[in-house]
Amino acid sequence: MAARILRVSAGPAIAAGLALLILGTLAAVAWQAEGLSGLSSWDWRAVRFTIWQAALSATISALLAVPVARALARRRFWGRGLLVTLLGAPFILPVIVAIMGLVAVFGRQGAINDALRALSLPEISVYGWQGVILAHVFFNLPLSVRLVLQGWQAIPSERFRLAESLGFAPRDVARHLERPMLRAVLPGAWLAVFLVCLTSFTVALALGGGPRATTVELAIYQAFRFDFDLSKAALLGLIQIAICVGALIATRWIAVPASFGAGRDDRVTWQGPAGWRRGTDALAIALASAFLLWPIGAVTLRGLPAIPDLPPEVWTAAIRSVVMAVISALLTLTVTLILALHLSRRPSGWIEGAGMLPLVASPLVLGTGLFILLRDVAGAQALALPVTVGVNAMMALPFGLRALIPAARTMQQDYGRLAASLDMTGIARLRLLVLPRLARPIGFAGGLAAALAMGDLGVIALFSTDQPTLPLKLYQLMTSYRMADASAAAVLLMAISFALFWIFDRGGRLA
Amino acid sequence: MLECRDIVLRREGWEFTADLDLQPGGRIAVIGPSGAGKTTLLSLIAGFLAPDAGRIAWQGRDLTGIAPGKRPVSVLFQDQNLFPHLDVTRNVGLGLRPDLRLSPDQRDRVAQAIADVGLGGFGDRLPANLSGGQQSRVALARVLLRARPILLLDEPFAALGPALKSEMMELLDRIGRDTGALMLMVTHDPRDALEFARQTIVVQDGHCQPPQATGDLLRDPPPALREYLGGSIGG
Repeated sequence: MAARILRVSAGPAIAAGLALLILGTLAAVAWQAEGLSGLSSWDWRAVRFTIWQAALSATISALLAVPVARALARRRFWGRGLLVTLLGAPFILPVIVAIMGLVAVFGRQGAINDALRALSLPEISVYGWQGVILAHVFFNLPLSVRLVLQGWQAIPSERFRLAESLGFAPRDVARHLERPMLRAVLPGAWLAVFLVCLTSFTVALALGGGPRATTVELAIYQAFRFDFDLSKAALLGLIQIAICVGALIATRWIAVPASFGAGRDDRVTWQGPAGWRRGTDALAIALASAFLLWPIGAVTLRGLPAIPDLPPEVWTAAIRSVVMAVISALLTLTVTLILALHLSRRPSGWIEGAGMLPLVASPLVLGTGLFILLRDVAGAQALALPVTVGVNAMMALPFGLRALIPAARTMQQDYGRLAASLDMTGIARLRLLVLPRLARPIGFAGGLAAALAMGDLGVIALFSTDQPTLPLKLYQLMTSYRMADASAAAVLLMAISFALFWIFDRGGRLA
Repeated sequence: MLECRDIVLRREGWEFTADLDLQPGGRIAVIGPSGAGKTTLLSLIAGFLAPDAGRIAWQGRDLTGIAPGKRPVSVLFQDQNLFPHLDVTRNVGLGLRPDLRLSPDQRDRVAQAIADVGLGGFGDRLPANLSGGQQSRVALARVLLRARPILLLDEPFAALGPALKSEMMELLDRIGRDTGALMLMVTHDPRDALEFARQTIVVQDGHCQPPQATGDLLRDPPPALREYLGGSIGG
């Protein structure tokens, strides 16, 4: 009986603990914050910039995604499958690595400016607001392309055949089939990118800053780190929460599609139109591929030869990061599994809501709050690593839940009664039913959580620590202009992140 | 005796009622239109659903609040009777121990049960590598090992062709004689009822009528049942 009570209440208990932790942290932030008068015009500018850059990034990503997705939908070519799969990769690519790549291509020493100089044209700068937008488009164009491509593939191929038999010109296809689909798909794709960019920290830290390119997250960091003005950091945290909540309310009207996972690509679609459109499609694909692959290729070429010469503290940081990422992923998996299993038996709005709460709390807000709560217990030095692990585990929860809840529901529908009738409970049920049936989504969710934790440069940056993670170490190398070491560390970080994802995901598939 | 005393189950705009006494070892068909509540009756006895009023008891022992796996009941569902990730031996072994920690003696019994249903040598196959009929045999082997005094069958052979189906009915007949279980079988086919069960429960609009002799019932069905059966039994 005791075991039964324990089993039944584990889900609600975990969810309540999670809600208490997050809401308690937010409450600590609110308590610390003083009235809005504490905000200067600089801070309000950060608020405006945050919303403006997110809207602009989302708009550019959505507009550029349409020709690329259309080309991918109606053309078949060698490497197309690989390209569609690669569109899923930026989700687990560490932000700081991509920034290194963008600097390598668009920076002062990069190929673009070399070419501009050769043509006696004015140079461009990768720093400032345009750099922030560039990096956001780099990260989110693939996401937008995948979402729009799904829209294209969701149009039944019979309809295209019908259009063909009616002698539709490409313009007619666009009017009758494609534009209605885009009207349905683009708002969700736009909002997905907008939400991601609202909590942008690393990009703004590395490429932005100054009065014209500071996001609220960056302002929290600066208030915390440089002014050590906790009440201002807390106040900015509240504003960040308000912005996230406002955006989430918008998702009640516009469905946001899941923003991760490899692109599904198993449908045979129609034959694209011949003629000049062949050329524009090829151009769209070539430009998009170059935009996405060039920076990564550039940083890899520059960094790979320098890996043997990396100083030992980079390797120490790498090992530290791997340990933290694995702990963080296991935490995420445990909580996700308990919540998903509970939800599969009895649907519960508040428990699902608790699991999604991290969406309203940005990493920096959580980090600030946890510091406020725990500062009397331990110093920043001692808190840095545990708080980073905890916040990363929490931030991965919504993704884990989105992967596991549907799978757990299917399992319960298909085999719940059979397992119950055979008296499979507790550990036996976990061992013989849950783990084998859910191995794939568990591996996938664990891989996402580990890769996200591995690449994260958020909370750890808040604390001045002499135990840096690999992303923080990389950032320190970058800001001290040790670019060879930074490039090598970037290659290392990218390789470890992808390897962690691959190992978890592969483990789930083989289990 | 299996007593279903004054059972009431309420769902939105729908009510299910039953008041039945079923003798141990009996064989009873459950027929009626789709959505009338045939599966509901089985789910209540199995413990997947809890009645809003009334009680279910077996040999005087109240089953209320007892988990499905602890009840004196085995169930065969329409489908998903096997775990696709476990081989035949393990699927059958679950009938003896839900954690599969089997003693050597229990392993022998599992192998014997698999041989009894004609699947000797198939022990390490996964369900996906078996035909539909073979999958039904695996599920029946587990029923044989569990040897519970009540066996609930929710159209388990509906997806099989006529020849395979009568083969399964024969096997079921043998298992019934070996275990002496009270068997309740939901079916759409009045011929199954005639062949399998001396008694039949008609479920209609959420109400279970008490068991009646199958032959008499089908020879002279009440009007609503006649409408449901249509011309499927001549005379």
